[in-house]
Amino acid sequence: MISLTSPVRTRAQDWPAAAKLGALLAATTALFLLPGLWVQIAALAAVLGLYTLPGRVFLRHGLAQLRVLWPIVLVLLVWHALTGDLPDALRIALRIVNAVALANLVTMTTTLSDLTEVVHRIFAPLRRAGLPVAVIEAGIPLVIRFTPTLIQKGRALHQAWRARSSRRANWRIVLPMTLLALDDADHLAEALRARGGISPFED
Amino acid sequence: MEKNVAQIALFAALIAALGAIPQITLGFGVPITAQSMGVMLAGAVLGAKRGFLSMLLFLLLVAIGLPLLSGGRGGLGAFVAPTSGFLIAFPFGAWLTGLIVEKLQLRPVALRVGLASVVGGIGVLYLMGTIGLTLALGKSFAECARLVLVFLPGDVIKAVLTGLLVAALAKARPQSVGFTVR
Repeated sequence: MISLTSPVRTRAQDWPAAAKLGALLAATTALFLLPGLWVQIAALAAVLGLYTLPGRVFLRHGLAQLRVLWPIVLVLLVWHALTGDLPDALRIALRIVNAVALANLVTMTTTLSDLTEVVHRIFAPLRRAGLPVAVIEAGIPLVIRFTPTLIQKGRALHQAWRARSSRRANWRIVLPMTLLALDDADHLAEALRARGGISPFED
Repeated sequence: MEKNVAQIALFAALIAALGAIPQITLGFGVPITAQSMGVMLAGAVLGAKRGFLSMLLFLLLVAIGLPLLSGGRGGLGAFVAPTSGFLIAFPFGAWLTGLIVEKLQLRPVALRVGLASVVGGIGVLYLMGTIGLTLALGKSFAECARLVLVFLPGDVIKAVLTGLLVAALAKARPQSVGFTVR
């Protein structure tokens, strides 16, 4: 299954994931606490610099991920323009772009296994406190395994619908998809039990 | 234990799959993203506790960088975007939906699930989502609420549909739903 990791390998991939997450937390907090438009403009320049360092492919991939922010930035600017407070709107819009761009940067340069390892370490105190975090951790590989399967089955249902009806598929398709998921869960539970099962407080 | 893990994982996968299949349109041509319907479904079918865990697992996978949100979005950026409040509300919305479905003895089942979906799937999501918008956009709560209310009619339809779907499921497979019909 594809993840959002960068198409090119950068030096940042070798840095410890926990350190990158810590830096992200500090940077995002600073973005929200420091006042003034200039702070955000400087931050944007710095973020763009970080995106440009690994090369053109990385930059294009990174900017493509930010495209989803356009509608909300546009709404924000038009809204504030109407109420007559454009500099403030610019500051808030830049803050949003900066925060999301920085977070995406960590996602792009950190592998799935590194982040899973961090999750395991964060969960350790909860596990010692007796919370059933093993349920969540055991679920991670299962979701990665079964999401493509369910998407494939969903597409097959969609095609079956279109082959038999002149109208487009509607919301009723959610019922067979839910049933498929429940059936898969039953089979999966049997298979897990047959292989020794999952202990709730495993370390 | 194994059954719980399997159902929690498969519902997280179902939410992702609902975001990935071609867009579903309602009878009169309104496209819906089925993902927020998935929150209502998870709560109503799995119950409060497992619904909560399943949505928590889904968010964890989004956070570690899987593109599971509708439109192939994901990663840590989704949690700092202005709409992150809605995302963070997923487990709580599913939990409240499940709790109401479990406690409220109301017939017919479609009405019970529909009401629970309105309170959990819409109420909790809109409340936390609007708080998130307020923090990100620097506007007042009332102004952000007005922005969000545009989506209310579509979401009410989703809650009604969830009621109908879960009622059909409870009739066909009573052992598969997390509540009892007395």
